[in-house]
Amino acid sequence: MPSGQVVATVANPWFSWDYLERNGSDVLRYTQQHASLTVQAVLIAFVVALPLAALAHARPRLAGPVLAATGVLYTVPSLALFAVLAPVTGIGRTTVLIGLVLYALLVLVRNTLAGLQGVDPAVRDAARGMGYGRLRLLLGVELPQAVPAVVAGLRLATVSTVALVTVGVVVGYGGLGQLMFRGFRSNYHAEVMTATVLCLVLALVADLALALLGRALTPWRRASAAATPPATAPQEAAWTS
Amino acid sequence: MDVLTEAFQWLNDPLNWTGRQGVLALTRTHLEVSAVAVAIALVVALPVGLWLGHRGRGATVGVVVANTTRALPTLALLTLLAATGWFGNTATALACAVFAVPPILANAVTGIGGVDPDARDAARGLGMSGARVMWSVEVPLAVPLIAAGIRTGAVQVLATVPLAALVGGTSLGTVVVSGFATQRYGKALAGGILVAGLCLLVEGLLAVLERVVTPRGLRSRTRGASSDTRPGPRRGRALPVAVGAPGGSNDPAPSP
Repeated sequence: MPSGQVVATVANPWFSWDYLERNGSDVLRYTQQHASLTVQAVLIAFVVALPLAALAHARPRLAGPVLAATGVLYTVPSLALFAVLAPVTGIGRTTVLIGLVLYALLVLVRNTLAGLQGVDPAVRDAARGMGYGRLRLLLGVELPQAVPAVVAGLRLATVSTVALVTVGVVVGYGGLGQLMFRGFRSNYHAEVMTATVLCLVLALVADLALALLGRALTPWRRASAAATPPATAPQEAAWTS
Repeated sequence: MDVLTEAFQWLNDPLNWTGRQGVLALTRTHLEVSAVAVAIALVVALPVGLWLGHRGRGATVGVVVANTTRALPTLALLTLLAATGWFGNTATALACAVFAVPPILANAVTGIGGVDPDARDAARGLGMSGARVMWSVEVPLAVPLIAAGIRTGAVQVLATVPLAALVGGTSLGTVVVSGFATQRYGKALAGGILVAGLCLLVEGLLAVLERVVTPRGLRSRTRGASSDTRPGPRRGRALPVAVGAPGGSNDPAPSP
């Protein structure tokens, strides 16, 4: 009975500045780990996705299989994927990174492909009429036109990657997820909450940075954006798997 | 491959399949928890989504809700619930329902809101009431998107439930987590294969179901669209682009 009361009266706040002060270096380390994993995963996925999407665009017959393959990878739950990868790539960073890249791939390929296919046929025709070859058409006309869709895909992939990194705890490399889990284990509310909030902040900051990047990359859209209501990217509105 | 044989040995052991913590029992719990979660999400999201779509507003609401929940890590919500004292399968179902709401809601809103205005107008002209327009015109036309949303939500729940094993829930994820915790990677691998198999199986079944519930007139169109996994080129959805086109010549305009 007395012990129960002691437990009940011990302060266990959800938000605690004290916690941050005492564990600042720890929190910083895990945040860095989280951020670096996210950036690396999205960059690698982007580098892989761009040629894949271009290939699927150039050879429409390949579009179905490419999307289906990435879709199957996307359906496999992260926990299962880590379990399957761990024996091959070991416990640690590589496993998490590969998993994250595979998940980001679907979103990026799908959005890039949608952007490339959404190019106005008249524009494509005009470029061809001006003597543009296949490659030059892709690099000079279609890709710039697809930038908004690509950026939308990047934002989506980044935000979901930030959330997904936490699952890396099962292989001991989960960034802020590590903190979350540790806090849960030791029933330390402040630790769980701090990690959660930091995750959300990280996602928000990354999303904002990418949105600004997209704006900077497409100066020609800025004038029209002022005149017309911001047309949210159509591929963001509906949620299909 | 040592781990691989270990995994197959684990899968081949009948003792691992039966009993209270056996694969069969765990699969059943997994499916039960997922079903409850999807049911909760349906009850919450479908009426709201249909109503918002019907009223022609809330397209942005759907997108905003969808995008913010994507940023919230599943694990965070599960640990938060667990740390508050919500353990077990009820908490898991609740947390997973939260993640199934956005796809269902967003697709219901865009599905209903994207119905061809002409069709809606025609229905009105025939003297249909608002409710009738919704039930006999808008909903049937939006079925492919709504069904796709439910499928996405259900598969997502199925993929999320294993995570609850980290905070003490029981599901097929228990096999993976306990395998990792005891450094028996063969067991973890076996669990991973089981979880992945279950998800792919259910995804396939739901895809078939989705096709069955789609009204016949819409099937050929959704079939063509399923290759790029985006809802088909619905005339209604092309409208915003068409409106925006005069302002920005660089926007992709519908082909003449």
